[in-house]
Amino acid sequence: MHFDVVLKQAMPMLLEGLKVTIIVSLVSLFFGMLVGLLSCLLGLSKAKVLRAISAVYVWLIRGTPMIVQAFIVYYGVPIIVQQFSPNFIISETLAAVITLSLNAGAYLSEIFRSGIQAVDVGQIEASRSLGISSGRTMMAIVLPQAFKITIPSIVNQFIITVKDTSILSVISLAELCNQAKQYSASTYLFFETYILVGVFYLAVISVLMLLSKFVEKKVSYDRKG
Amino acid sequence: MTEKVKVTGLHKSFGKLDVLCGIDLCVNEGEVVCLIGPSGSGKSTLLRCLNRLEESTAGEIIVDGYRISDKKTNINNVRENIGMVFQQFNLFAHMTVIKNIMYAPVTLKKMSKEEAKTRAMELLQRVGLADKADAYPHQLSGGQKQRVAIARALAMNPDIMLFDEPTSALDPEMVGEVLQVMKELAADGMTMIVVTHEMGFAREVADRVIFMSDGVIVEEGAPEQIFDNPQADRTKEFLKCVL
Repeated sequence: MHFDVVLKQAMPMLLEGLKVTIIVSLVSLFFGMLVGLLSCLLGLSKAKVLRAISAVYVWLIRGTPMIVQAFIVYYGVPIIVQQFSPNFIISETLAAVITLSLNAGAYLSEIFRSGIQAVDVGQIEASRSLGISSGRTMMAIVLPQAFKITIPSIVNQFIITVKDTSILSVISLAELCNQAKQYSASTYLFFETYILVGVFYLAVISVLMLLSKFVEKKVSYDRKG
Repeated sequence: MTEKVKVTGLHKSFGKLDVLCGIDLCVNEGEVVCLIGPSGSGKSTLLRCLNRLEESTAGEIIVDGYRISDKKTNINNVRENIGMVFQQFNLFAHMTVIKNIMYAPVTLKKMSKEEAKTRAMELLQRVGLADKADAYPHQLSGGQKQRVAIARALAMNPDIMLFDEPTSALDPEMVGEVLQVMKELAADGMTMIVVTHEMGFAREVADRVIFMSDGVIVEEGAPEQIFDNPQADRTKEFLKCVL
Protein backbone atom coordinates (compact mmCIF):
# COMPACT_ATOMS: atom_id res chain seq x y z
CA MET A 1 0.00 0.00 0.00
CA HIS A 2 1.33 3.38 -0.95
CA PHE A 3 -1.26 5.77 0.42
CA ASP A 4 1.50 8.00 1.73
CA VAL A 5 2.98 8.32 -1.76
CA VAL A 6 -0.37 9.06 -3.37
CA LEU A 7 -1.28 11.55 -0.67
CA LYS A 8 1.96 13.38 -1.19
CA GLN A 9 2.23 13.24 -4.99
CA ALA A 10 -1.34 13.29 -6.19
CA MET A 11 -3.05 15.46 -3.60
CA PRO A 12 -2.54 18.78 -5.40
CA MET A 13 -3.92 17.55 -8.71
CA LEU A 14 -6.75 15.63 -7.06
CA LEU A 15 -7.74 18.72 -5.08
CA GLU A 16 -7.60 20.68 -8.31
CA GLY A 17 -9.96 18.13 -9.83
CA LEU A 18 -12.22 18.23 -6.80
CA LYS A 19 -12.44 22.00 -7.16
CA VAL A 20 -13.53 21.64 -10.80
CA THR A 21 -16.06 18.97 -9.84
CA ILE A 22 -17.58 21.16 -7.12
CA ILE A 23 -17.65 24.37 -9.14
CA VAL A 24 -19.05 22.75 -12.29
CA SER A 25 -21.67 20.93 -10.20
CA LEU A 26 -22.77 24.06 -8.34
CA VAL A 27 -23.02 26.21 -11.45
CA SER A 28 -24.84 23.46 -13.35
CA LEU A 29 -27.27 22.88 -10.50
CA PHE A 30 -28.01 26.59 -10.31
CA PHE A 31 -28.87 26.73 -14.00
CA GLY A 32 -30.46 23.31 -13.83
CA MET A 33 -32.88 24.58 -11.16
CA LEU A 34 -33.79 27.58 -13.34
CA VAL A 35 -34.22 25.46 -16.46
CA GLY A 36 -36.16 22.88 -14.46
CA LEU A 37 -38.53 25.43 -12.95
CA LEU A 38 -39.08 27.05 -16.33
CA SER A 39 -39.72 23.72 -18.04
CA CYS A 40 -42.04 22.68 -15.22
CA LEU A 41 -44.10 25.88 -15.46
CA LEU A 42 -44.24 25.52 -19.26
CA GLY A 43 -45.41 21.97 -18.75
CA LEU A 44 -48.26 23.14 -16.50
CA SER A 45 -49.28 26.01 -18.78
CA LYS A 46 -52.61 26.15 -20.57
CA ALA A 47 -50.99 26.68 -24.00
CA LYS A 48 -50.44 23.44 -25.89
CA VAL A 49 -47.29 24.71 -27.63
CA LEU A 50 -45.58 25.53 -24.34
CA ARG A 51 -46.54 22.18 -22.87
CA ALA A 52 -45.15 20.47 -25.97
CA ILE A 53 -41.82 22.32 -25.70
CA SER A 54 -41.41 21.13 -22.13
CA ALA A 55 -42.46 17.57 -22.97
CA VAL A 56 -40.07 17.27 -25.94
CA TYR A 57 -37.17 18.69 -23.92
CA VAL A 58 -37.70 16.25 -21.05
CA TRP A 59 -38.19 13.40 -23.52
CA LEU A 60 -34.96 14.11 -25.42
CA ILE A 61 -32.84 14.43 -22.29
CA ARG A 62 -34.28 11.46 -20.46
CA GLY A 63 -34.23 9.35 -23.59
CA THR A 64 -30.53 9.71 -24.36
CA PRO A 65 -27.41 8.96 -22.30
CA MET A 66 -25.54 11.95 -20.97
CA ILE A 67 -22.36 10.85 -22.70
CA VAL A 68 -24.11 11.29 -26.05
CA GLN A 69 -25.43 14.70 -24.99
CA ALA A 70 -21.92 15.73 -23.95
CA PHE A 71 -20.45 14.67 -27.30
CA ILE A 72 -23.16 16.56 -29.18
CA VAL A 73 -22.61 19.73 -27.16
CA TYR A 74 -18.81 19.56 -27.23
CA TYR A 75 -18.05 18.12 -30.67
CA GLY A 76 -21.28 18.35 -32.65
CA VAL A 77 -22.63 21.81 -31.99
CA PRO A 78 -19.34 23.66 -32.77
CA ILE A 79 -19.22 22.05 -36.23
CA ILE A 80 -22.65 23.42 -37.04
CA VAL A 81 -21.95 26.85 -35.55
CA GLN A 82 -18.60 27.08 -37.37
CA GLN A 83 -20.50 27.11 -40.66
CA PHE A 84 -21.66 30.59 -39.74
CA SER A 85 -18.89 31.72 -37.43
CA PRO A 86 -15.66 29.90 -38.30
CA ASN A 87 -13.75 30.86 -35.16
CA PHE A 88 -16.31 29.43 -32.78
CA ILE A 89 -14.98 27.07 -30.16
CA ILE A 90 -16.51 25.86 -26.92
CA SER A 91 -14.44 25.19 -23.81
CA GLU A 92 -14.85 21.85 -22.10
CA THR A 93 -15.99 23.63 -18.94
CA LEU A 94 -18.76 25.49 -20.75
CA ALA A 95 -19.79 22.33 -22.61
CA ALA A 96 -19.84 20.45 -19.31
CA VAL A 97 -21.97 23.10 -17.62
CA ILE A 98 -24.43 23.19 -20.52
CA THR A 99 -24.71 19.39 -20.63
CA LEU A 100 -25.15 19.01 -16.88
CA SER A 101 -27.60 21.92 -16.62
CA LEU A 102 -29.80 20.60 -19.40
CA ASN A 103 -29.62 17.15 -17.91
CA ALA A 104 -30.41 18.14 -14.32
CA GLY A 105 -33.04 20.58 -15.61
CA ALA A 106 -35.04 17.83 -17.28
CA TYR A 107 -35.11 15.64 -14.19
CA LEU A 108 -35.77 18.59 -11.86
CA SER A 109 -38.61 19.66 -14.14
CA GLU A 110 -40.32 16.33 -13.51
CA ILE A 111 -39.55 16.52 -9.79
CA PHE A 112 -41.05 20.03 -9.52
CA ARG A 113 -44.10 19.00 -11.53
CA SER A 114 -44.79 16.03 -9.29
CA GLY A 115 -44.35 18.28 -6.23
CA ILE A 116 -46.74 20.91 -7.52
CA GLN A 117 -49.31 18.30 -8.39
CA ALA A 118 -48.94 16.74 -4.96
CA VAL A 119 -50.15 19.93 -3.26
CA ASP A 120 -53.76 19.43 -2.21
CA VAL A 121 -56.11 21.15 -4.63
CA GLY A 122 -58.08 22.40 -1.60
CA GLN A 123 -55.13 24.68 -0.77
CA ILE A 124 -55.48 26.31 -4.18
CA GLU A 125 -59.26 26.61 -3.91
CA ALA A 126 -58.98 28.20 -0.48
CA SER A 127 -56.59 30.82 -1.81
CA ARG A 128 -58.58 31.48 -4.97
CA SER A 129 -61.83 31.75 -3.01
CA LEU A 130 -60.28 34.63 -1.04
CA GLY A 131 -59.83 36.56 -4.28
CA ILE A 132 -56.13 35.83 -4.81
CA SER A 133 -55.03 35.42 -8.44
CA SER A 134 -53.74 32.09 -9.72
CA GLY A 135 -50.20 33.46 -10.17
CA ARG A 136 -49.99 34.67 -6.59
CA THR A 137 -51.54 31.47 -5.33
CA MET A 138 -48.79 29.60 -7.14
CA MET A 139 -46.06 31.71 -5.55
CA ALA A 140 -47.43 32.00 -2.03
CA ILE A 141 -49.25 28.71 -1.48
CA VAL A 142 -48.30 26.06 -4.02
CA LEU A 143 -44.56 26.49 -4.58
CA PRO A 144 -43.57 26.67 -0.89
CA GLN A 145 -45.48 23.48 -0.17
CA ALA A 146 -44.27 21.77 -3.34
CA PHE A 147 -40.70 22.69 -2.45
CA LYS A 148 -41.01 21.05 0.92
CA ILE A 149 -42.48 17.88 -0.56
CA THR A 150 -39.71 17.62 -3.13
CA ILE A 151 -36.60 18.44 -1.06
CA PRO A 152 -35.53 14.78 -0.82
CA SER A 153 -35.90 14.30 -4.58
CA ILE A 154 -34.12 17.57 -5.32
CA VAL A 155 -31.20 16.58 -3.12
CA ASN A 156 -31.14 13.21 -4.79
CA GLN A 157 -30.81 14.92 -8.16
CA PHE A 158 -28.03 17.12 -6.74
CA ILE A 159 -26.14 14.01 -5.69
CA ILE A 160 -26.60 12.42 -9.10
CA THR A 161 -25.35 15.56 -10.82
CA VAL A 162 -22.24 15.74 -8.63
CA LYS A 163 -21.40 12.15 -9.49
CA ASP A 164 -22.32 12.57 -13.17
CA THR A 165 -19.67 15.25 -13.45
CA SER A 166 -17.25 12.34 -13.79
CA ILE A 167 -18.86 11.43 -17.12
CA LEU A 168 -17.63 14.73 -18.49
CA SER A 169 -14.08 13.39 -18.33
CA VAL A 170 -14.90 12.05 -21.82
CA ILE A 171 -14.74 15.62 -23.12
CA SER A 172 -11.54 16.06 -21.10
CA LEU A 173 -12.99 18.18 -18.35
CA ALA A 174 -10.26 18.20 -15.70
CA GLU A 175 -12.56 17.06 -12.90
CA LEU A 176 -11.74 14.68 -10.08
CA CYS A 177 -11.97 11.37 -11.97
CA ASN A 178 -10.06 12.68 -14.93
CA GLN A 179 -7.22 13.86 -12.69
CA ALA A 180 -7.18 10.50 -10.97
CA LYS A 181 -7.01 8.74 -14.31
CA GLN A 182 -4.02 10.83 -15.38
CA TYR A 183 -2.16 10.16 -12.16
CA SER A 184 -2.90 6.47 -11.78
CA ALA A 185 -2.10 5.71 -15.43
CA SER A 186 1.42 6.97 -14.98
CA THR A 187 2.05 5.46 -11.55
CA TYR A 188 -0.11 2.31 -11.58
CA LEU A 189 -1.28 3.20 -8.06
CA PHE A 190 -4.88 2.53 -9.07
CA PHE A 191 -6.13 1.16 -5.77
CA GLU A 192 -4.85 3.93 -3.54
CA THR A 193 -5.79 6.70 -5.97
CA TYR A 194 -9.36 5.60 -6.51
CA ILE A 195 -9.93 4.88 -2.82
CA LEU A 196 -8.93 8.46 -2.19
CA VAL A 197 -11.20 9.68 -5.00
CA GLY A 198 -14.05 7.71 -3.47
CA VAL A 199 -13.42 9.36 -0.11
CA PHE A 200 -13.56 12.79 -1.78
CA TYR A 201 -16.92 12.05 -3.39
CA LEU A 202 -18.23 10.63 -0.12
CA ALA A 203 -17.20 13.78 1.69
CA VAL A 204 -18.88 16.12 -0.81
CA ILE A 205 -22.08 14.12 -0.89
CA SER A 206 -22.18 13.77 2.88
CA VAL A 207 -22.08 17.55 3.12
CA LEU A 208 -24.98 17.71 0.66
CA MET A 209 -26.98 15.25 2.72
CA LEU A 210 -26.36 17.17 5.92
CA LEU A 211 -27.40 20.34 4.17
CA SER A 212 -30.61 18.72 3.00
CA LYS A 213 -31.41 17.54 6.54
CA PHE A 214 -30.89 21.09 7.72
CA VAL A 215 -33.11 22.61 5.03
CA GLU A 216 -35.79 19.99 5.58
CA LYS A 217 -35.86 20.82 9.26
CA LYS A 218 -35.90 24.51 8.52
CA VAL A 219 -38.98 24.36 6.32
CA SER A 220 -40.84 21.64 8.20
CA TYR A 221 -44.20 22.72 9.54
CA ASP A 222 -46.16 19.52 9.91
CA ARG A 223 -44.04 17.58 12.33
CA LYS A 224 -44.97 17.55 15.97
CA GLY A 225 -42.79 19.41 18.39
CA MET B 1 -84.46 43.77 1.23
CA THR B 2 -81.61 43.68 -1.23
CA GLU B 3 -81.03 40.59 -3.25
CA LYS B 4 -77.54 39.29 -2.54
CA VAL B 5 -77.70 36.23 -4.75
CA LYS B 6 -79.84 35.66 -7.78
CA VAL B 7 -79.54 32.49 -9.80
CA THR B 8 -81.66 31.90 -12.89
CA GLY B 9 -81.84 28.72 -14.95
CA LEU B 10 -78.47 27.43 -13.79
CA HIS B 11 -77.23 24.30 -15.51
CA LYS B 12 -73.96 22.54 -14.80
CA SER B 13 -72.68 19.37 -16.36
CA PHE B 14 -69.43 17.49 -16.01
CA GLY B 15 -69.03 15.92 -19.43
CA LYS B 16 -72.19 13.96 -20.01
CA LEU B 17 -73.24 14.05 -16.38
CA ASP B 18 -75.83 16.74 -15.64
CA VAL B 19 -75.33 17.82 -12.05
CA LEU B 20 -77.52 20.91 -11.97
CA CYS B 21 -80.59 20.97 -14.17
CA GLY B 22 -82.14 24.41 -14.01
CA ILE B 23 -81.75 26.05 -10.62
CA ASP B 24 -83.52 29.27 -9.67
CA LEU B 25 -82.52 30.77 -6.38
CA CYS B 26 -82.79 34.10 -4.62
CA VAL B 27 -81.09 34.98 -1.36
CA ASN B 28 -81.74 38.25 0.40
CA GLU B 29 -79.36 40.25 2.50
CA GLY B 30 -79.06 38.84 6.01
CA GLU B 31 -80.84 35.65 5.10
CA VAL B 32 -79.56 32.25 6.22
CA VAL B 33 -80.33 29.55 3.67
CA CYS B 34 -79.58 25.89 4.28
CA LEU B 35 -79.23 23.48 1.36
CA ILE B 36 -80.06 19.92 2.27
CA GLY B 37 -80.43 16.76 0.24
CA PRO B 38 -78.85 13.41 -0.52
CA SER B 39 -75.24 13.05 -1.70
CA GLY B 40 -74.85 13.78 -5.38
CA SER B 41 -77.89 16.01 -5.46
CA GLY B 42 -75.78 18.99 -6.58
CA LYS B 43 -75.81 21.08 -3.37
CA SER B 44 -72.05 21.56 -3.24
CA THR B 45 -71.81 22.14 -6.97
CA LEU B 46 -74.46 24.87 -6.70
CA LEU B 47 -72.52 26.50 -3.88
CA ARG B 48 -69.25 26.30 -5.80
CA CYS B 49 -70.85 27.87 -8.86
CA LEU B 50 -71.67 30.93 -6.76
CA ASN B 51 -68.00 31.96 -6.54
CA ARG B 52 -67.04 30.28 -9.79
CA LEU B 53 -64.96 27.51 -8.28
CA GLU B 54 -67.05 25.64 -10.82
CA GLU B 55 -67.87 27.24 -14.16
CA SER B 56 -71.57 27.15 -14.87
CA THR B 57 -72.65 25.53 -18.13
CA ALA B 58 -75.71 27.69 -18.70
CA GLY B 59 -77.85 30.17 -16.85
CA GLU B 60 -77.18 33.36 -14.96
CA ILE B 61 -75.62 33.90 -11.55
CA ILE B 62 -75.55 37.32 -9.96
CA VAL B 63 -73.84 37.74 -6.59
CA ASP B 64 -73.51 41.10 -4.90
CA GLY B 65 -74.46 42.78 -8.17
CA TYR B 66 -71.70 41.03 -10.12
CA ARG B 67 -72.55 38.73 -12.99
CA ILE B 68 -70.55 35.64 -11.97
CA SER B 69 -71.72 33.67 -14.99
CA ASP B 70 -70.19 36.27 -17.31
CA LYS B 71 -66.62 35.23 -18.18
CA LYS B 72 -65.62 38.90 -18.48
CA THR B 73 -66.37 39.58 -14.83
CA ASN B 74 -63.14 39.88 -12.82
CA ILE B 75 -63.83 37.02 -10.48
CA ASN B 76 -61.07 37.94 -8.03
CA ASN B 77 -62.81 41.22 -7.17
CA VAL B 78 -66.08 39.45 -6.48
CA ARG B 79 -64.48 36.70 -4.45
CA GLU B 80 -63.10 39.26 -2.01
CA ASN B 81 -66.70 39.75 -0.86
CA ILE B 82 -67.65 36.10 -0.76
CA GLY B 83 -66.18 34.08 2.09
CA MET B 84 -66.03 30.34 1.67
CA VAL B 85 -65.61 27.59 4.24
CA PHE B 86 -64.75 24.08 3.05
CA GLN B 87 -65.52 20.63 4.35
CA GLN B 88 -61.79 19.83 4.56
CA PHE B 89 -60.91 23.22 6.16
CA ASN B 90 -58.07 23.79 3.66
CA LEU B 91 -56.01 25.89 6.04
CA PHE B 92 -52.67 26.77 4.47
CA ALA B 93 -50.48 24.06 5.92
CA HIS B 94 -47.24 26.03 5.81
CA MET B 95 -48.57 29.08 7.66
CA THR B 96 -49.38 29.64 11.29
CA VAL B 97 -52.98 30.31 12.27
CA ILE B 98 -52.53 34.07 12.35
CA LYS B 99 -50.69 34.10 9.01
CA ASN B 100 -53.56 32.13 7.51
CA ILE B 101 -55.97 34.85 8.55
CA MET B 102 -53.70 37.74 7.57
CA TYR B 103 -52.82 36.24 4.17
CA ALA B 104 -55.63 37.59 1.99
CA PRO B 105 -55.96 41.12 3.44
CA VAL B 106 -52.19 41.63 3.30
CA THR B 107 -51.64 40.01 -0.12
CA LEU B 108 -54.46 42.05 -1.63
CA LYS B 109 -53.21 45.18 0.14
CA LYS B 110 -56.54 45.72 1.89
CA MET B 111 -54.80 46.27 5.20
CA SER B 112 -51.31 46.95 6.47
CA LYS B 113 -49.61 44.11 8.30
CA GLU B 114 -50.39 45.68 11.68
CA GLU B 115 -54.04 46.26 10.86
CA ALA B 116 -54.38 42.74 9.53
CA LYS B 117 -52.79 41.36 12.67
CA THR B 118 -55.12 43.31 14.95
CA ARG B 119 -58.09 42.22 12.89
CA ALA B 120 -56.89 38.60 12.91
CA MET B 121 -56.58 38.64 16.70
CA GLU B 122 -60.11 40.07 16.98
CA LEU B 123 -61.41 37.29 14.79
CA LEU B 124 -59.53 34.63 16.73
CA GLN B 125 -61.01 36.05 19.92
CA ARG B 126 -64.41 35.82 18.35
CA VAL B 127 -64.01 32.14 17.44
CA GLY B 128 -62.40 31.46 20.81
CA LEU B 129 -58.90 30.61 19.60
CA ALA B 130 -56.78 33.63 20.52
CA ASP B 131 -54.28 31.35 22.25
CA LYS B 132 -53.67 29.41 19.02
CA ALA B 133 -52.43 32.36 16.94
CA ASP B 134 -48.92 30.96 16.51
CA ALA B 135 -49.86 27.31 16.13
CA TYR B 136 -49.63 25.50 12.82
CA PRO B 137 -52.79 23.90 11.42
CA HIS B 138 -51.56 20.34 12.12
CA GLN B 139 -51.45 21.18 15.81
CA LEU B 140 -55.18 21.92 15.94
CA SER B 141 -58.19 19.65 16.26
CA GLY B 142 -60.70 19.51 13.41
CA GLY B 143 -63.13 21.81 15.15
CA GLN B 144 -60.41 24.34 15.86
CA LYS B 145 -59.24 24.18 12.24
CA GLN B 146 -62.72 24.90 10.99
CA ARG B 147 -63.13 27.83 13.36
CA VAL B 148 -59.84 29.26 12.08
CA ALA B 149 -61.06 28.71 8.52
CA ILE B 150 -64.17 30.73 9.34
CA ALA B 151 -62.02 33.48 10.83
CA ARG B 152 -59.85 33.44 7.70
CA ALA B 153 -62.89 33.86 5.48
CA LEU B 154 -64.16 36.71 7.67
CA ALA B 155 -60.85 38.58 7.50
CA MET B 156 -61.81 40.07 4.15
CA ASN B 157 -65.08 41.40 5.63
CA PRO B 158 -67.23 39.51 3.14
CA ASP B 159 -70.90 40.28 2.54
CA ILE B 160 -71.78 36.67 2.01
CA MET B 161 -70.50 33.45 3.51
CA LEU B 162 -70.71 30.10 1.75
CA PHE B 163 -70.35 26.97 3.87
CA ASP B 164 -69.73 23.67 2.09
CA GLU B 165 -70.59 20.93 4.60
CA PRO B 166 -68.52 22.63 7.29
CA THR B 167 -69.06 19.95 9.93
CA SER B 168 -69.05 16.79 7.81
CA ALA B 169 -65.36 16.03 8.36
CA LEU B 170 -65.51 16.59 12.13
CA ASP B 171 -65.66 14.19 15.02
CA PRO B 172 -69.15 14.39 16.53
CA GLU B 173 -68.05 16.16 19.72
CA MET B 174 -66.52 19.00 17.69
CA VAL B 175 -69.54 19.75 15.57
CA GLY B 176 -71.11 21.90 18.29
CA GLU B 177 -68.28 24.39 18.59
CA VAL B 178 -68.32 25.10 14.85
CA LEU B 179 -72.09 25.38 14.67
CA GLN B 180 -71.97 27.78 17.64
CA VAL B 181 -69.67 30.12 15.72
CA MET B 182 -71.96 29.91 12.70
CA LYS B 183 -75.01 30.66 14.84
CA GLU B 184 -73.35 33.79 16.20
CA LEU B 185 -72.48 34.84 12.69
CA ALA B 186 -76.08 34.39 11.60
CA ALA B 187 -77.28 36.36 14.61
CA ASP B 188 -74.97 39.21 13.56
CA GLY B 189 -76.87 39.42 10.29
CA MET B 190 -74.45 37.74 7.90
CA THR B 191 -75.90 36.47 4.66
CA MET B 192 -75.17 32.75 4.70
CA ILE B 193 -75.68 29.83 2.36
CA VAL B 194 -74.95 26.57 4.11
CA VAL B 195 -74.77 23.11 2.58
CA THR B 196 -75.30 20.84 5.56
CA HIS B 197 -76.39 17.52 6.91
CA GLU B 198 -77.02 19.05 10.36
CA MET B 199 -80.79 19.10 10.35
CA GLY B 200 -80.88 20.48 13.89
CA PHE B 201 -78.82 23.47 12.80
CA ALA B 202 -80.94 24.01 9.71
CA ARG B 203 -84.13 23.93 11.77
CA GLU B 204 -82.82 26.28 14.42
CA VAL B 205 -80.83 28.82 12.41
CA ALA B 206 -82.06 28.84 8.83
CA ASP B 207 -84.57 31.36 7.58
CA ARG B 208 -85.20 29.08 4.67
CA VAL B 209 -84.42 25.46 3.90
CA ILE B 210 -83.98 24.22 0.37
CA PHE B 211 -84.24 20.51 -0.39
CA MET B 212 -82.36 19.44 -3.50
CA SER B 213 -82.34 16.12 -5.29
CA ASP B 214 -80.94 15.06 -8.68
CA GLY B 215 -79.86 18.55 -9.63
CA VAL B 216 -83.13 20.35 -9.02
CA ILE B 217 -84.71 22.19 -6.12
CA VAL B 218 -87.52 19.89 -5.04
CA GLU B 219 -88.95 21.97 -2.26
CA GLU B 220 -88.14 25.08 -0.27
CA GLY B 221 -89.62 26.97 2.59
CA ALA B 222 -89.34 27.88 6.25
CA PRO B 223 -87.66 25.16 8.34
CA GLU B 224 -90.88 24.22 10.16
CA GLN B 225 -92.63 23.80 6.86
CA ILE B 226 -89.94 21.59 5.32
CA PHE B 227 -89.24 19.50 8.38
CA ASP B 228 -92.74 19.19 9.85
CA ASN B 229 -94.90 19.29 6.81
CA PRO B 230 -92.97 18.37 3.66
CA GLN B 231 -95.05 18.25 0.51
CA ALA B 232 -92.99 16.32 -2.04
CA ASP B 233 -92.59 12.54 -1.71
CA ARG B 234 -88.87 12.82 -2.37
CA THR B 235 -88.52 15.21 0.58
CA LYS B 236 -90.53 12.99 2.90
CA GLU B 237 -88.43 9.99 1.93
CA PHE B 238 -85.16 11.85 2.58
CA LEU B 239 -86.27 13.28 5.89
CA LYS B 240 -87.48 9.89 7.06
CA CYS B 241 -83.91 8.63 6.62
CA VAL B 242 -82.07 11.51 8.27
CA LEU B 243 -84.31 12.70 11.10
